[in-house]
Amino acid sequence: MEITMTKVKDKKSIDLDKVEQQSSTDGAKIAIKDVKVWYGDFMAIKGIDMNIKPNTVTAFIGPSGCGKSTFLRLFNRMNDYVDGFKMEGKIKLNGTNIYKKKVNVEELRKEVGMVFQKPNPFPKSIFENVAYGLKIQGIKDKKFINERVEKALKQADLWDEVKDNLKKSALALSGGQQQRLCIARTLAVEPSIILMDEPTSALDPISTAKIEDLIFELKEKYTIVIVTHNMQQASRISDYTAFFYLGELIEFDKTKTIFTNPEKQQTENYITGRFG
Amino acid sequence: MNSIQKNRLKDQLFKIWGIACTLFGLVLLTVFIGDILIDGIRRIDWAFITDLPSRKAEKSGIYTALMGSIWILILTTIISFPIGVAAGVYLEEYSKKNRLSALLEINISNLAGVPSIIYGLLGLEVFVRIMSLGASVLAGALTLSLLILPIIIVATREAIKAVPKSIRDASYALGASKWQTIWNQVLPASGGGILTGVILALSRAVGETAPLIVVGALAYVPFAPSNPMDEFSVLPIQIFNWISRPQHGFIENAAAAIIILLLITFVMNGIAVYFRNKWQKKWK
Amino acid sequence: MRKIKELVIEKSLLSSALVTIAVTFGIISVLAIEAFRFFSEVSIFDFFTDTQWTPLFTDKHYGILPLLSGTLLTSFIAISVALPVGLTISIYLSEYAPRSFRKTIKPLLELLAAVPTVVYGFFALIVVTPFLQQFIPGLSGFNSLSAGIVMGIMIIPFVSSISEDALHAVPKDLKEASYGMGATKLQTAFKVVVPAASSGIIVSIILAISRAIGETMIVAIAAGQQPRLTLDPTVPVETITAFIVQVSLGDVQHGSIEYRTIFAAGITLFVFTFLLNTLSYRIRKKYQEKYE
Repeated sequence: MEITMTKVKDKKSIDLDKVEQQSSTDGAKIAIKDVKVWYGDFMAIKGIDMNIKPNTVTAFIGPSGCGKSTFLRLFNRMNDYVDGFKMEGKIKLNGTNIYKKKVNVEELRKEVGMVFQKPNPFPKSIFENVAYGLKIQGIKDKKFINERVEKALKQADLWDEVKDNLKKSALALSGGQQQRLCIARTLAVEPSIILMDEPTSALDPISTAKIEDLIFELKEKYTIVIVTHNMQQASRISDYTAFFYLGELIEFDKTKTIFTNPEKQQTENYITGRFG
Repeated sequence: MNSIQKNRLKDQLFKIWGIACTLFGLVLLTVFIGDILIDGIRRIDWAFITDLPSRKAEKSGIYTALMGSIWILILTTIISFPIGVAAGVYLEEYSKKNRLSALLEINISNLAGVPSIIYGLLGLEVFVRIMSLGASVLAGALTLSLLILPIIIVATREAIKAVPKSIRDASYALGASKWQTIWNQVLPASGGGILTGVILALSRAVGETAPLIVVGALAYVPFAPSNPMDEFSVLPIQIFNWISRPQHGFIENAAAAIIILLLITFVMNGIAVYFRNKWQKKWK
Repeated sequence: MRKIKELVIEKSLLSSALVTIAVTFGIISVLAIEAFRFFSEVSIFDFFTDTQWTPLFTDKHYGILPLLSGTLLTSFIAISVALPVGLTISIYLSEYAPRSFRKTIKPLLELLAAVPTVVYGFFALIVVTPFLQQFIPGLSGFNSLSAGIVMGIMIIPFVSSISEDALHAVPKDLKEASYGMGATKLQTAFKVVVPAASSGIIVSIILAISRAIGETMIVAIAAGQQPRLTLDPTVPVETITAFIVQVSLGDVQHGSIEYRTIFAAGITLFVFTFLLNTLSYRIRKKYQEKYE
């Protein structure tokens, strides 16, 4: 196992160097170095290195229980609240290690937004949902909040559907609308990174298509990392794809490469549906 | 300080406030128990437990009250246990979703919230007067049985609910009748939980004062009860009586008797918690 | 044969369940009959408007207001202690405390409710009142302040444990959504979790009030036995429950008007707690449906 790991590492750093030379000069948006995670005695992440480029969509794929969600939730320190969580290694966001003692978790989460698996609007009005992030920051300027809410709803492609009923309860929306509302809620805080944990798994195909279109548009301004169990989705929307298995990063490359010419047998087996 | 730092500070302050509140009641209870121990522990000796009550504080003992409490405990168990468990089994296993079951449910929930002194008024009129039991141990035990009935019923239902359906299915599949399944499978499986509830309910009964005062239990009884129709006192009433006397000696007696009463209450609670943990482990 | 046996068993179990209906029926009829006899001698108008309650004196007045004010005053003080403390505990335990801490502290907190009330009465009279007298010089030996505070301590677990269950039932993904946007635990608790659990919290408060109104021994021991229409927490008062105890301790003739006063007082108490309990039951039913 040790040997394979080193190999993967070597392979990846070479690849990423190549990528870096090809693309713009600014470095990785998120740089992960030798990250290990335990829940109690169980080792969930077994030493992963990865660099995520700005303004790209990176997809995490792998069978359930492979650690991809755990890994994603490291980026906004959402695992901090899990009992028995322990972590080693470094995750640098714009060059700062987010697991340093001094780091303000609330500040970090303003910068790194998250959309969850099941739409989880608060049992409040549509407006209050989107304004929530601003209000908890202590912003009171009504005009400013109104503008931000409108902008976020427009970005999330929901404005036209709800602009006349902003006071209506968010729970009255359809599942797909709720998920777009959750995206708008995240956008309103103006993060630079958006984490998405299987955002379409609870939605119907039409709503899913809408969200996928949205992800494509958002890429221009945001860095997006998305966990998905749907391989077609990964190939449709992402620039890079990472394949996880049993807490290890097996392969990480341009999506095209992963899906057409994967390096590892395991990856190929998974994407061709031989296990998972 | 920006708003995020402010919010953080508030968060930390609330955390400290939360710990303070959580410990507030417990610290006070500890202080109080400590105070009672200081006041009363020197008063406790064998004579204090075996002496009859007396006009003189230093000669007074809790024998009759303690015996009264034990009588009450035994009779209340005998009366409330079968009725409470049977009612719980009926509601959980037999009752169908109809108006009767809805009525029973809301009724039990309401009874659980009726002040204990109201049960005393019921006992006074029904058991003491109409059934002419007088101010006897039996009248007291009947009154307390009704008081703790809702607690036993609710605990029984919770315990039965926790028994997995698969056990019932297995029993039915072997041709057992409904009652055979309940008697041989469901009740043994939920026994720990039911026992926990019953012990907690009884510990409540041992500490009750007000309903027994209303029923007519006496503060001064020269003899321990020898049959269910005898007059009686119980520990809490003895304590109440001593608290209301001005002489300091009686305060010391009250503290000493409180130590005994708390000991009984805490031991019963401890046993209940022990059963609950043992029983929960079996199912989880 | 087996069928008959099964049927007999079912019916006997049913009759046990019906005992509870008989109890309620018994309570209501006993209170109603004796209260009816009481009101045939005392005008119901006087009962609710007379400001004096002196049934044991020669100059008899039967105004429930002083007893009611004593009951409400002590209950109000108790709730003022139990509500903020209990609610804070529930939020702290469900949102902040490590699981192991919660597991050890909860049974200990429930112990507060398991201590016999006569013991709390002793505490209020012998410890708390002398302690408070150091700061409040005019504090009488019997007063509603110490009785109320100690009663508040006793009902802390009623508020904290039911509220905590309600807070705990709030779906985790709602909390995560709030954390994910940079909210602190405190903001999440008050802006998301508490509003979502509000019906459960309201139930806990109503039950605590009902418990405080019906509490007997603490007030009988520490609040005094002087019916008085006042909002002053430093002077002796008498609650409905304490009055019933007072009469029961004395030698009152069955069938006399004094005997009936305790039923008139009892039915007043019963109506109050019955309304509160029914209200809490309704809210609880509604809120169970919301989450199931």
